Amino acid sequence: MFRLASFRIAAAIRTAAPRPAVSLVKQRLAMPSMMTRWYSAGGALTRDTIKERIFQVLQDFDKVNQEKLSDVADFNKDLGLDSLDTVEVVMAIEEEFSVEIPDDEADKITTVKEAIDYITHREDAH
Amino acid sequence: MAAARRVVVTGLGIVSPVGVGIKHAWQTLVEGGSGIRSLVAERPGAGYDQLPSQVAGIVPRSSSQELGTFDTKALLMPGDANRMAGFTQYAMCAAQEALADAGWTAPTDEQRERTGVCFGTGIGSLDDITANHDQFRAGGLRKISPMFVPKILCNMAAGNIGIRYGFYGPNHAVSTACTTGAHAIGDATRFIQYGDADVMLAGASECSLQPLALAGFSKIKALALGFNDRPQQASRPFDKDRAGFVIGEGSGALVLEELEHAKARGAPIYAEVRGYGLSGDGFHITAPPADGAGAQRAMRSAIRSARISTAEISYINAHATSTPLGDQIENSAIKSVFAPAGNLSPADLPAVSSTKSATGHLLGAAGAVEAIFTVLAIKNNIAPPTLNLDSIDAESGFDLNYVPHKAQQRTINAALTNSFGFGGTNASLIFAKL
Repeated sequence: MFRLASFRIAAAIRTAAPRPAVSLVKQRLAMPSMMTRWYSAGGALTRDTIKERIFQVLQDFDKVNQEKLSDVADFNKDLGLDSLDTVEVVMAIEEEFSVEIPDDEADKITTVKEAIDYITHREDAH
Repeated sequence: MAAARRVVVTGLGIVSPVGVGIKHAWQTLVEGGSGIRSLVAERPGAGYDQLPSQVAGIVPRSSSQELGTFDTKALLMPGDANRMAGFTQYAMCAAQEALADAGWTAPTDEQRERTGVCFGTGIGSLDDITANHDQFRAGGLRKISPMFVPKILCNMAAGNIGIRYGFYGPNHAVSTACTTGAHAIGDATRFIQYGDADVMLAGASECSLQPLALAGFSKIKALALGFNDRPQQASRPFDKDRAGFVIGEGSGALVLEELEHAKARGAPIYAEVRGYGLSGDGFHITAPPADGAGAQRAMRSAIRSARISTAEISYINAHATSTPLGDQIENSAIKSVFAPAGNLSPADLPAVSSTKSATGHLLGAAGAVEAIFTVLAIKNNIAPPTLNLDSIDAESGFDLNYVPHKAQQRTINAALTNSFGFGGTNASLIFAKL
């Protein structure tokens, strides 16, 4: 997350861009996600791809207890994240999949499984 | 009233332009090394080339645990870099070294209750304020980090130190511009004397080498001009060619401890905090009065509280930031306090040096790192040098021993350090051998 944040900051300093800066994660994963899109039928992401990319977001988060990272991990109990960290994780997921998650929906995402489920149901995620 | 509890220094920690770690920083300082470098060369593309003053005292960084450098991976816990602003990161590092140096872990709940933190900053985190402002302008509320507020508050160095070590005693943070560090140490001493705690982790931190900060200080015409191509010569307190201060960054931490508490656990004792004096100029937002009356009051008050004679003080670590006016006013204030009748020869007066010649001006952290240097001067009987003092401006009253270029070995039983800040806030600390 530190890298993500610092790149956002760097991008913000570099340009007075009127739009949010493109995150590093998104740039790095541009290729696999494009391939996914080519191979999948209706433009939707496969659950495996979503899981992989959410794992990547969490792996970039220094504070995450990486040994406990799994598709059922609880952000707080397993990964050691507090409520503020969780807000940041959800923000990073929003950025990763280019979606806006309303606050009341975001509050319900407290585990890796819930994050994967949520993105799976968002057809505009890409 | 019972005799005041005595307070001693039992641990030191530092993050500074002359190095990270006490041993490394002190050695660099005594050997005449400088931590002042070009911001344009160190951080290309960040916009410093648009500014008139492009030099700074920069904390050396590495990612390979190189000796004397700041390495976030080695010195911080996972996640710290994301949750803590730069000034807090420096503070965590300095605090860790100081506590390890003092051998103080406060293992029991009772000891934790008797251990507190007094840790300030002058500016806080401009980096996080400007970054979040940019995010907010670009993407609205959605793009504001939940860490924004917990990162920028000026007490977050103190807060995070208390959280990391589980200290339940007073948790305090002063922000008095360039006097912050001296106030933090002096106030922490008073907390111990008053009985609020037995051990205090005291100090200050600053991490504001932001182009915006330099731009602001440039507008005050406070920064050194004309040295962009020779950064190490930019900070030259007391010198005829001094042309403003050089901004710096870093953090200093001291473990202060009640004397009997320190003795009972066999802690190493560097020196005693003997005196603390505070004053206000009541005059102007950025300029001191011409007679340095506020500086004089702070020094006299510290001397009075130390119950010491001026003759016992043989070294002064001056605030002297290398500005034309400030250095001159402090110099005459020192002479007014130490030779009020003007009848003492310079040889009878304390040696006076400004370590800002090597570190630059660490703003809020200056008083803390300079207190450390003052304590080490006493411990090692060495007055650290004033670099770049090539031509002494004797006509302007600079006729003391300013320890030019080279450190001086001399018996230092007691020493004083000054800090003066914008807003007209002054403090002096006196340390002495036990």
